[in-house]
Parts: sequence; C-alpha cells; structure tokens
Amino acid sequence: METLDEYILKVTDLTVEIPNQVILENVNFQLKKGTTLAIVGPNGAGKTMLFRALLNLIPYKGKIEWAPKVKTGYVPQYLSASDIPISVEEFLMFKGGSNLDGTLSSVGLESKEVLNKRLGALSGGQLRRVLIGWATMDKPNVLLFDEPTTGVDLDSEEAIYKMLVDLKLKYQITMLLISHDLHIIRDYSDYMMALNRCITFLGESKRIMDLELQRMIYGEPVCMVQE
Amino acid sequence: MTEELAFSLLIGFSVGLSAGYLGSIMVLEKMALVGDALSHVALPGFALGILLNFDPLLGGFAFLFASSIIIWQIGRVTKLSFETIVGAVFTLSLAAGILMIRDLEVLADALFGDIAKVAWTDAAAGILIAIVAIYSTRIIYNKIVLGMISEELAISQGINVARVNLLFLLLVSLVVAIGIKITGTLLVGFLVVVPAAAAKNLSASLSRYSLLSSLFGAASATAGILFASFLSYVPLPPPPGPLIVVTGVTLFLVTVIVRWKKRISV
Repeated sequence: METLDEYILKVTDLTVEIPNQVILENVNFQLKKGTTLAIVGPNGAGKTMLFRALLNLIPYKGKIEWAPKVKTGYVPQYLSASDIPISVEEFLMFKGGSNLDGTLSSVGLESKEVLNKRLGALSGGQLRRVLIGWATMDKPNVLLFDEPTTGVDLDSEEAIYKMLVDLKLKYQITMLLISHDLHIIRDYSDYMMALNRCITFLGESKRIMDLELQRMIYGEPVCMVQE
Repeated sequence: MTEELAFSLLIGFSVGLSAGYLGSIMVLEKMALVGDALSHVALPGFALGILLNFDPLLGGFAFLFASSIIIWQIGRVTKLSFETIVGAVFTLSLAAGILMIRDLEVLADALFGDIAKVAWTDAAAGILIAIVAIYSTRIIYNKIVLGMISEELAISQGINVARVNLLFLLLVSLVVAIGIKITGTLLVGFLVVVPAAAAKNLSASLSRYSLLSSLFGAASATAGILFASFLSYVPLPPPPGPLIVVTGVTLFLVTVIVRWKKRISV
C-alpha cells in the first residue's frame, strides 16, 4: 500500500492465537476506500476472529492500520436477546441515538411498529435491520458485517442486501462482510478473500462461481442442485 | 403500629427493594443461585468475628469481597460460569465455617438471621447499603445488559465488560452480606430470584422489568412482615421470614397465571 489516502485499511502479518491453537497466521491485505470485501472460508477458518482483531476486541500480533479518523460500525452474527426483556427503543438508546425514527426508517422499518416491541420478539429480518440501524447510527465510514442475513428468509435477504447497497452509496461506506452465500458474494461485493487460517485466495468476487476455486476454498466442491 | 414493627418494615422494604433490583440482573445473567451460594461464603468471616471478638458482619463483608474477586478472576482465566465457580467456593466456605463455628446455635443465627431481632445500627447500615447498591447498579445496569446481549457490541462501545461485572459482583456481595445479617441466608436467596422471575413474566421492556422486580421484592418483604405481626397473637406465631417467601411465591404464581391468560408477548 502506498498511501492511506486511497486505502482505508492495511493489515500486515496479522496473527491471532488462542492457547494451543493458531487461528490466523500472517494475514496480509489492504482495502480500498468505498469497496466491499467479502470474507469467505469454511467454518472455523478464523473469519469472525479477523473481525474481532480488526475491531480491537482481542489481542493479536502484527499490524492493523486504519486510515485516520475512521469510524467503524459492527453487526455481529448473533445476539443473546431472546431471554432479555428489552425493547427495541431501549436497545437503540444504549447507543445514545436521538433520532430513532430516522434510524429505523433508514433500514426500512416503521418505528411505531417495532420501537416498543421486545428485541427478542422481532423476526430474523427485523432484527438484522435493527442491528444495521444500530451500526449505522453514528455514520461510520466502515461497516463490518458478520453473516448479515443469518436467520433471514430469502426474500428478506435480498431486500437487506439492496438496503446495504443504498446505505453504502448514501454514506460512501467501505464494507467488509462475512458470508457463505456465493450469489451474495458475486452480486454484492467487489473483492473476496478466502481464509483458512491464512489467506487462500484474494481477488475479484465474480470468480467465486469458478468450481475449481470453490474446491480450493471449501476443501470440497459445492455440488449443483439437480432435479 | 409499634415502633418495632415500623422499624422491621423499613428494613424489609430497603433490603427487598435493593435485592429485587440487583436480582433483576442476576436472573438475566443466569446467576439466580449465586446470591444464595454467596451468602454461605460469608460464613467463615462470621465465624472469625465470633472467634476473635469483632463484629461478625465485618468478617462476612471481608470474606464476600475477597471471594468475589477470586471468583471473578477464576472466571476470567477459565471461562467457567459464575455458578460453577461460586458452587465450588461456597461449599469450601461452608466447610470452613462449620469447622470454625462449633456452637450450633451461633451457626443457626448466622445462617438464618431474624428480621425481628435487628439492632438499629444494622438497620441503618442496611438502608444505607440499599441506597448505595441501587444507585451504583443503576449506573452500570445498561452496560451489563449490553454485555449480555453481545459482548462484542459492548466492548466496541468502550465498555470494559470484565470490570463492570466485577463491580456488580461486589455490589451483590454488599447486599448479600447485609441481607444475611438482617433476613438470613434463605431469604437473601429468595429475594434476588423470585421477584425478578415474577417481573419477567409481565415485562417487555427493561425499565418495566427492573421497576417491577424492585417493587415485588419490597412488597413481598413488607407484606410478609405485616402478616407475621397480625399472627403474633396466635400460639406459636410464625416468624416473618417464611411468610415473606410465601407472599413472594404467591405473587409469582399470580404473574404466571396473568401471563398464561393474556398470552403476553414477552
């Protein structure tokens, strides 16, 4: 990477270890402003750990450099909210937001419909939208999504990705997303990085439909659905 | 109303209110039995106080504080749940307490307390601790809940989840210590669990849940004490402790029926 003007993130020799196990080893990549990078790989490949390191939530070796004044937003894969009596309004207030109606409408939700609902009682799609609302509340430059459509039906999934594209254009956001969905990676990201402890592939996302590449990324080919 | 009764009501209300409030977090954190177990941890401290002739309450406090820090640190290192570690520490403490206190009557007092026999200094300490515990917990309440919903979101908001949990554990041990002295071990275990469980049945928001839990705690304590005073003229009058438990559990059963009837979406 030449300058941080063009690039928003530079990762050098990133290694993450937990006792007796190396999760990520010598990961090197850089990310251009305004692009979307999809992170793929089999389960346990270290994708979520990469996000945690990028957000400075866990200790790591190596260097993670964000461009100056970068603000990150994060949408986690799971919430443990099913057993907690907390309303959507109270959850969003944790972030200290003032314009909750605006936040909800920006993610396609009617505030009078969901604001007083219990967070754990939302549908999968509504919960994802609320989380995206939470993450975009303070106008971040970078968004990190861990499986943005976990627990969401197919129609809502498409709608959520279209909404992400709108948000990205509106706020000129750079995105990193973890996904297992090959079509989503092809249609909604510019580049893809395959992880399996180390980087196994880094290139344009349209190549994800290449069966040879899939075999390399996931260890085994992803079979076609046959009649 | 006699002065003694007014006194008991005031203490019962304060301890019930604070235990109900802190209990609302403990029930969510799956720490429901931690209050009960922690109350046994105080036992060796009480024993030391009795043996060395200083206020047993101070000994109890010291043991609870030290144990809370040890439990928190073991939890951080091993990632075992609070309940598992507290389970180990509390049985050890109980054993140590029994080895140190050989006089069974003194032991029974330490374990079961009696709200009707509280000195005014203990009562004042109880009320003060209730105020401090509620006020401090209120400040960290949202942070603890966000940590429960998603540790990553909490940390990314600049919340030091481990530190906030330690502070909460210390506040719990404060309420437990004063609770043992005033109401006894059994009642402390009850007051941090049942009011919160009842409140959870009727709540879809955090503010309503924590408020109802505190009010249910205070209401069961005061109602139990009042029932005991009405029954004080019968032969072999029942002590307030069990009546507080019966009142609270009745309240809980009512909330179960209300929820079942209304199919409240909570």
